[in-house]
Amino acid sequence: MTYIAKPRLHHPTLTRNKVGYTRRDYEGKVSTLCAGCGHDSVSAAIVQACWELDIAPHRVAKLSGIGCSSKTPDYFLGASHGFNTVHGRMPSVLTGAALANRELLYLGISGDGDSASIGLGQFAHAMRRGVRMVYIVENNGVYGLTKGQFSATADRGSQSKKGVVNAENPVDLVSMALQLGATFVARGFSGDKAQLVPLIKGAMAHGGAAFLDVISPCVAFNNHAGSTRSYDHVRAHNEAVGRIDFIDLAKEVIAAPAPDEVLELPQADGSVMRLRKLHEGYDPSDRRAAMNLVQQLAEQGEIATGLLYVDPRPRDLHAALNTVQQPLNALQDEALCPGREALERINAGLR
Amino acid sequence: MSMHRIEAVNDFVVKFANVNGSGSASANELFAKAILRTGVPVSPRNIFPSNIQGLPTWYEVRVSQEGWLGRRGGVDMMVAMNPQTWERDVAEIEPGGYLFYDSTRPLPESAFRRDITVIGMPVTAICNATYEDPRQRTLFKNIMVLGALSALMDIDAQVLEQLLAEQYKGKERLLESNLRALQAGRGFAKDHLQPPRHPGIGLKVRRADTVGERIFVDGNSAAALGCVYGGATVCAWYPLTPSTSTAEAFTSWCGKLRRDPETGQARYAIVQAEDEIAAIGIVTGAGWNGARAFTATSGPGVSLMTEFIGLAYFAEIPVTIINVQRGGPSTGMPTRTQQADLLSCAYASHGDTKHVMLLPQDPAECFEHAAAALDLADRLQTPVFVMTDLDIGMNQRLCKPFAWDDARRMDRGKVLSAEQLEAGFDFGRYKDVDGDGIPWRTLPGTHPSKGSYFTRGTTRNAYAVYSEAGSDYVDNVQRLLKKFATAATIVPPPEITAAQKQTRLGVAYFGSTAPAMEEALARLAAQGIHLDAMRLKAFPFPQAVADFVDTHDHVFVVEQNRDAQMRALLMGELEVDPERLIRVLHYDGTPITARFITEAIVEHVHALAVAPRRERTSS
Repeated sequence: MTYIAKPRLHHPTLTRNKVGYTRRDYEGKVSTLCAGCGHDSVSAAIVQACWELDIAPHRVAKLSGIGCSSKTPDYFLGASHGFNTVHGRMPSVLTGAALANRELLYLGISGDGDSASIGLGQFAHAMRRGVRMVYIVENNGVYGLTKGQFSATADRGSQSKKGVVNAENPVDLVSMALQLGATFVARGFSGDKAQLVPLIKGAMAHGGAAFLDVISPCVAFNNHAGSTRSYDHVRAHNEAVGRIDFIDLAKEVIAAPAPDEVLELPQADGSVMRLRKLHEGYDPSDRRAAMNLVQQLAEQGEIATGLLYVDPRPRDLHAALNTVQQPLNALQDEALCPGREALERINAGLR
Repeated sequence: MSMHRIEAVNDFVVKFANVNGSGSASANELFAKAILRTGVPVSPRNIFPSNIQGLPTWYEVRVSQEGWLGRRGGVDMMVAMNPQTWERDVAEIEPGGYLFYDSTRPLPESAFRRDITVIGMPVTAICNATYEDPRQRTLFKNIMVLGALSALMDIDAQVLEQLLAEQYKGKERLLESNLRALQAGRGFAKDHLQPPRHPGIGLKVRRADTVGERIFVDGNSAAALGCVYGGATVCAWYPLTPSTSTAEAFTSWCGKLRRDPETGQARYAIVQAEDEIAAIGIVTGAGWNGARAFTATSGPGVSLMTEFIGLAYFAEIPVTIINVQRGGPSTGMPTRTQQADLLSCAYASHGDTKHVMLLPQDPAECFEHAAAALDLADRLQTPVFVMTDLDIGMNQRLCKPFAWDDARRMDRGKVLSAEQLEAGFDFGRYKDVDGDGIPWRTLPGTHPSKGSYFTRGTTRNAYAVYSEAGSDYVDNVQRLLKKFATAATIVPPPEITAAQKQTRLGVAYFGSTAPAMEEALARLAAQGIHLDAMRLKAFPFPQAVADFVDTHDHVFVVEQNRDAQMRALLMGELEVDPERLIRVLHYDGTPITARFITEAIVEHVHALAVAPRRERTSS
């Protein structure tokens, strides 16, 4: 239960990262989700990614909408401010928060009901606005808290636990994000932490709108035969197109030259993302190719995962608005109020 | 037939009836400004359609040397340039008044009234003879009419020429052709429309000195400037009549006043959102993260925002909403004015909610209240509405100059610093530390290990920990009530004006009703009806409001909506006996007039005199 405090005991041998935190410092309250829920694996991956990236927990703001996935920000990064907003409206709140203080890392957690149904509009507009953020959708194709209704990402033909066959076409958030101009688009699987953690790290290092769709099976309502979001189905149809080996070149010297199948992508924060090609003909900097590949694999019943697209030189909303470098929430009266003299000139012009 | 012609100097109402998109707005505004520059107060009002081109539009100019800025009621002269509305325009003229029209096409005698003076000028014919270009023919028609009116009403030609010179500064050719049109109109009028050939117009303008230092500005620009001075850094909005020009004015003011002088970078962020829900979401996120943020909208936008307003109320996040009210419900009368969002804003969102509202009377107060709202929102950590309306927002109004004290500082409210947290402040996000119901808050990123909390719209205890305990819920909502009581002590108090003679009758009014009400009070006093007046400036009601109501047998509540919404607020919040609050309601979408208020109150007073209210018994 969320109101049960976790023991604060730290094992003395726990390794500290470069900013002095152990992995435990990135954890949150005890999860109230079902045992085996994919979302808890995503939370664990976020904890690991933040610890490995040496991010001070209080420099992260975590925001979510409503739903099972949106509860999870309480279960990681307990030292960060969190905001469980309104159903489907996390993107706008995150946008406002990001405008107020450009120096924090904004982590948006949402689900398929939250982002693909009620919040499809806000999802789309946050992507096209280029808000600098890590936007994770924990995608299980089903409404968990209300007990098993199809969500808008459920595949056509997928069967519910009660045996109903979904007759509607799915919303593919990855394809939408690609089309709408997100500058980092990836898909992960909660059952593959080795793939997921580097994807989250890559998204966190990215300087623009980063979207990460994580297939995260619902053990209670969507993990049966006939579902296309079950662990078994996703494992059988997971087609990883590229793998990130995230290496921070600003801090480490890499001696060995990269092998041919590895792409090095410098990131906005000075780090370098290494991308290992797993799929023939795959170019992660070609947005159109990424869209084609995702569609192609979907037609074959496969799920494209891994880093699908990245623009190494993204332009975020602050750049578009040409805002000052100092956080807007730190500006004082002198910088904001033009004063009496200016007002008198304005008055003179209104007579 | 002998006729009583209206003869008036510096005290009359002229209404221009035009076709939308015909370029009349600019010439009409010149008419008003020229009189203003002559030192005579004017108050113009646009009555415009939801349309870009073709539908009827009116511009009503009240000229009043005495300084009455509300609508008087009635029209002394109609400048009827729109055949579509001819009949009702002609019918609206006061007996003895004037009809100015384009006589190019002859009209049957039946189209006119016999109790008014008709001034026909073949404007189209003159323009067609003078100009080749069809666009010029239309545009200069308006300037030519302006010229004719100025000659017939003794409006100083030099003042008009000066105004044109200001308008077309750097565009000499345009200025030249405008001046020619003006002169052509003046010349024709002098030759054909004045005695001895024609009785002329008995409405005259004489130089006076009753404008003083006042400025002439619309409420939306003023509210936007108030947001600049009040320190707003984030504005998110969605276009919606009649609020749109607020965000546009904020953009324009910020471009001039809020750029870093060295880098040219913006000390503000403005986002035109995809809808009002996103707009209020952005404002909520920015307020949560410590930036002063506002949105400008109208009733339909508030309807969409209500879920977020409830979140901001319950999670206690500063939010400023400028509601430029229009005629509702639904799409209602999108280009007409009303004060009909009082209840939907005061109690916006599901569950028990109450919100702070400020009620500016004119652009000067739009400026003041916008800046004050940003302070109040931060101080109270709650949504604050600035309830203006189309009449104030989209019409230029003569008002006192904007004022600012350079010693004033933003009130950022109770925000804990890293030092305070480090010093061991026992931080409970929803804990009432100071006894005023207002808790302390922290901003994200403040301290590495202290002060973080989880914000949510669900119930929690004083330390922001999720709770389903009824006692935690009750403690929290009771504290919110206490906070609301605190709000009543810091919002602007009502402005109370005692009648010249002692009276047991009072009147309560607010917002754009103010100028018409002031005039009505003077007229009523002249008829021997004396009323103590209370101009409400804010909700929740400060103690002075309850005291005023308590000390009068009857209080007229004058407002611009059907359902007597302010009266309902007074009844509900102050538990006033409904019999003592008398409705005076105007809600046809046009701004309330002094005549309407006067007549309504006279009628009620007579009725009260016939059947005096029985004293309440102590049952």
